[in-house]
Amino acid sequence: MTEAAPSPLLRVTGLTHRYGEIVACRDISFELFAREVLGVVGESGSGKTTLLNCCSAHLEPTAGRVEYDTRTHGLADVFGLREPERRMLMRTDWGVVHQNPRDGLRMDVTAGGNVAERLIMTGARHYGRVRGEATTWMDRVELELDRVDDPPKTYTGGMQQRLQIARNLVTKPRLVFMDEPTGGLDVSVQARLLDLLRGLVRELGIAAIVVTHDLAVTRLLADRLMVMRRGEVVETGLTDQVLDDPQNPYTQLLVSSVLQV
Amino acid sequence: MTEAGRSTATAGRSVGEAYNFAYLDEQTKRMIRRCILKAVAVPGYQVPFGSREMPLPYGWGTGGIQVTASIIGPDDTLKVIDQGADDTTNAVSIRRFFARVAGIETTDRTAEATVIQTRHRIPEHPMREDQILVLQVPKPEPMRYLEPRELECRKIHGFSEYGLMHVQLYEDIAKFGEITTTYDYPVMVNRRHLMSPTPIPKFDNPKMHRFPALQLFGAGREKRIYAIPPYTEVKSLDFDDHPFEVQTWDECCALCGAEDSFLDEVITDDEGGKMFVCSDSHYCGERRAAGHVGPMEGEDAPSFARPADQEADGS
Ligand SMILES: Nc1ncnc2c1ncn2[C@@H]1O[C@H](COP(=O)(O)OP(=O)(O)OP(=O)(O)O)[C@@H](O)[C@H]1O
Ligand SMILES: [Mg+2]
Ligand SMILES: [Zn+2]
Repeated sequence: MTEAAPSPLLRVTGLTHRYGEIVACRDISFELFAREVLGVVGESGSGKTTLLNCCSAHLEPTAGRVEYDTRTHGLADVFGLREPERRMLMRTDWGVVHQNPRDGLRMDVTAGGNVAERLIMTGARHYGRVRGEATTWMDRVELELDRVDDPPKTYTGGMQQRLQIARNLVTKPRLVFMDEPTGGLDVSVQARLLDLLRGLVRELGIAAIVVTHDLAVTRLLADRLMVMRRGEVVETGLTDQVLDDPQNPYTQLLVSSVLQV
Repeated sequence: MTEAGRSTATAGRSVGEAYNFAYLDEQTKRMIRRCILKAVAVPGYQVPFGSREMPLPYGWGTGGIQVTASIIGPDDTLKVIDQGADDTTNAVSIRRFFARVAGIETTDRTAEATVIQTRHRIPEHPMREDQILVLQVPKPEPMRYLEPRELECRKIHGFSEYGLMHVQLYEDIAKFGEITTTYDYPVMVNRRHLMSPTPIPKFDNPKMHRFPALQLFGAGREKRIYAIPPYTEVKSLDFDDHPFEVQTWDECCALCGAEDSFLDEVITDDEGGKMFVCSDSHYCGERRAAGHVGPMEGEDAPSFARPADQEADGS
């Protein structure tokens, strides 16, 4: 070996997940490298959320491996880690932006408290500094600072998504999992949120897996694309290549039906 | 545990009732004592136990009563306090209960008691190694408000991933400029387990630290027992720049002049008159008997309703 190939941040091998008779994901393999954004697209029920939940260790797959480049053991099977190690990954190295903000925020805790949580969970015990970081991040996701002490249940959907992003990015994760981050939002709100996300991901050099059924989202955010259908990956490649010159008939259908305005 | 190991199965009959000594049967008491031993071995850890029906409703200290019943022996002397007072309905009925089902001595003197069952206060009078303090617990899980999922709470305890409580303290400071939690102020026990000290005022928290007496906690409704063994480190949570502080008063006790005790505000008449008196009625009485006098000295000792006589919520 003369030059070591770069090690992936995340490696998924032969991942299959069944819910009883239903095969939600079948034999999926891919690698994700540092600072890379992977889009996962496909129609409803194609297995996107299942795949994402397996990758983020929230759901143990029926078969296959998910390996992550841990700081302590290098590339390691996330389901082979001890539970406290896995939970530590989840609140330090990883972030999750849920489609439903209710799953990703504490609705009764102030916005500032929501952002502060991960700092506190990783040992911060100086109120002034925690507060400072929290407001800095509120500002970075363009939330008004005079709302820092309001609970997110008083926020609009778009603001809640911004808050989820701030809450995750405050500990500078290396990998963020996003499930339909702009789903359910008005088109204009979506566009601004996407802009913001793109800026932050690039600036911080974060790797991400973004699940969506909106190809426009992937065009803006993703370096690479994985197209899923009925639990299988039918096409994968650079985003522009897949969108501009789809090879698989299903992808062709998807692209033509969605992208033509 | 004075003489607790001795067989006491016959003692109850001598007081003329069909109960076993201290009401619970010996098997149940052994089960509870095993839980207590486990709790002592892992300070601050909530041990589940098979809570029994007691002839008092939840909220009247059934958890504490079961712990007391399991450790008490015929030679013990019991004191029962409710929010500092020995003479409230709750305290009186628990004391009567044990006098009847165990035929034991009772007292209101902290120094004379071998076992003290309490709701909402730790006595002002220092306690000793040969005494046991039993606290009634309504809500054993300090994180319940922020984390309603029981399994998740257990994992957080198991992995010592405490941070949530500090989020709660953050919320206090963000909203009110300071930590406004004044009762049931969370503590770390033995640098390992987060623990609810029960709704004692935070004024009492420092007493728990390296306390010479064994502290036992019983939650009847939620079926949990936990403990702080003598001389264990107990630290109240705080932020570096918002350190833990206890309540202070500008006044001293109107009756005994004490400046070091926890004071209750008491309404003295219909015209809005009020005064501050020791919440620990025995402590106050002892001081007055020793000749200490407060600013109310000379006036007719007013009759008043103690705040402790209000609702019962200690389990
Ligand atoms: N908890 C579950 N139990 C049983 N079946 C499930 C469960 N979750 C998902 N499924 C099924 O697995 C398949 C894949 O679902 P999944 O939610 O992963 O799809 P998706 O691509 O995220 O869909 P959508 O775009 O609607 O969110 C579907 O057939 C779905 O009905
Ligand atoms: Mg989905
Ligand atoms: Zn007094």
